[in-house]
Amino acid sequence: MKTYIIKRCFLFVPTLIIVTVLVFAILRVVPGDPAVLILGGEEGDDDYSQEQLDALRAKLGTDKPIYIQYIRWVGNMLQGDFGTSYFYEGDKVIDDIKHRLPVTIELGLMSLIMASIVAIPLGVLSAIKQDTIGDYLTRVITIAGIALPNFWVGVMTIFFLVLFFGWAPPLDYKNIWDDPWNNFQQLVFPAIALGTSNMAFIARITRSAMLEVLHEDYIRTARSKGLREGTVISRHALRNALLPVVTLTGYEFGRLISGTVIIEVIFLLPGMGRLLITAITSRDFPVIQAIVVMIAVIVLLLNLVLDLTYAWLNPRIRYS
Amino acid sequence: MAREQTPAGAVPDQSAAAAPAPAQPVIVLPPKRTFFQNILFFVTRKPLGTFGAAVAVSLVLMAVFAPVISVYDPYSVISSCVTDDGPRCKWAPPGTQSTDPEGTMIFGADHLARDVFSRLIYGARISLYVGIVASFVGCTIGMMVGVISVHFGGATDLTVQRFIDAVISFPTLILAIAIMAALGASLFNVIVALSIVYIPSTARIMRSQFMAIKEMDYILASQAVGAGNWRIMIKHMIPNCFALYLVIFTFHLGGAIIAEASLSFLGVGTPIDVPSWGGMLSQASSANVTVAPSLAIFPGLAIAVVVFSWNVLGDAIRDVMDPKLRGST
Repeated sequence: MKTYIIKRCFLFVPTLIIVTVLVFAILRVVPGDPAVLILGGEEGDDDYSQEQLDALRAKLGTDKPIYIQYIRWVGNMLQGDFGTSYFYEGDKVIDDIKHRLPVTIELGLMSLIMASIVAIPLGVLSAIKQDTIGDYLTRVITIAGIALPNFWVGVMTIFFLVLFFGWAPPLDYKNIWDDPWNNFQQLVFPAIALGTSNMAFIARITRSAMLEVLHEDYIRTARSKGLREGTVISRHALRNALLPVVTLTGYEFGRLISGTVIIEVIFLLPGMGRLLITAITSRDFPVIQAIVVMIAVIVLLLNLVLDLTYAWLNPRIRYS
Repeated sequence: MAREQTPAGAVPDQSAAAAPAPAQPVIVLPPKRTFFQNILFFVTRKPLGTFGAAVAVSLVLMAVFAPVISVYDPYSVISSCVTDDGPRCKWAPPGTQSTDPEGTMIFGADHLARDVFSRLIYGARISLYVGIVASFVGCTIGMMVGVISVHFGGATDLTVQRFIDAVISFPTLILAIAIMAALGASLFNVIVALSIVYIPSTARIMRSQFMAIKEMDYILASQAVGAGNWRIMIKHMIPNCFALYLVIFTFHLGGAIIAEASLSFLGVGTPIDVPSWGGMLSQASSANVTVAPSLAIFPGLAIAVVVFSWNVLGDAIRDVMDPKLRGST
């Protein structure tokens, strides 16, 4: 186990460096000088002097060679400074993220919990009743759930809410600590819209994991020693089947984050995703860089933790 | 040599191109089926997959023959709607008598009085074009990366895998959005961005399959007779992973269609006048959804039908071609 941990952590560092280089590189191939972009504003005026331009370049650090820019950027991030927005003077990106990350995380967790509550029983039932009408129906529903784009589910959710309840996405977001009930009301529908594809995914993997486990010898042993079927399923089969389900769901965190971007835009929630989209439409590169790096690092850390947990729980994979 | 003996290997050209036949076949191979028999085998064994294939093919035909099927020009205002005070059938729901006396706008008109049905038909072109090209380019490059990584092994493998680790840690849509931010919104750039996105995941899945193939006796045999690196990779390793390639391709095709629609929906994908399903949805979204629900319903259903049909088809292909692959994608 110790060698596995060391090996896994050792591989983590180069990956992290490549991630930062990639983000830096992707947004540096953009044609155009950020200083010109800032001075010109959105209309692209050119009533500024060369001195102004040089001063701004020096302030942004874009007059330095590219590798120095990269090192400074990484160095600042390590000290918790993610740069400042191009357009909102003195607006530290880290402060923005601090406000918005909890919204995204809360939305993601809520949808994951709701999806699991529906999906795991559905997957188990589908596996127990394999090749019956119910199983067939579940499989069709889950494939359809993956095929339905979540932004469409979001738009349709709003449509029906407006139609039947006269509900519209509220413009001011209530914090969970200030007003939990209002906060729940604001997040429950976005979470359902976000959760449909996750629900389908979790149900699918639960079904296949259960099917695999149900053919194991220890299930036959449990049955032959006279245990009730319910006990066999819940105590012996489901417990073992849930391990891959939990880890695979964890690895799907990235897709969940992709989904939150869209759902936040549709439901007007002030999360990371909406910040990213606003930053992209105004080409506010420090903000984009900070968010993309932060998401990638969260995913990497989560994968590391999941790998280690999985290796700890399942000794078979440590040695492969 | 397990693959060549399974009767489930339903596609003859693949098993023919697979491993070099042993000098003295010990095991009698099942009789080869004709192309028609293969189709029959697929239809009887996989009704759902056949249904998916039928839907997928008819959607491709719909996209190809879009100019014949569509009623109006998808880019311009319906001419009969033009009045002196501007177009009169804006936001028209389907079957509106006052604005559409001829009953030709079966899905109504959008906010610029363009025919929704015609835009939907043309939207299939955009969706399938992006889906097929991006998935093909991404999967093919991913497969090459995978085979090179496995064949050369050692330091090459280690380096390539770290790059894959890094790229895979960006959520698909986030990476696509970042690339689009750098490249700018256009149809070609959407394809570039999505192709890049699908390279690492394909390479990762293909790699595990290539690892198994690398240990096969026929690879050792071809090395023994002096085959070069490229010959081994292209003639022996890649053809034996064709089933997996096909499954990943259909899977990513659906994903790419949803991703394209998502990008266009967020306004960073195709330009706004292009009849893309995601773009149509974003114009119909939130604020306007109650004004003209048909505008939001149909593009979403279209996406769901396309993706559903390809996913079902991919599942069936996987089961028929190589049952061992269950659960690999």
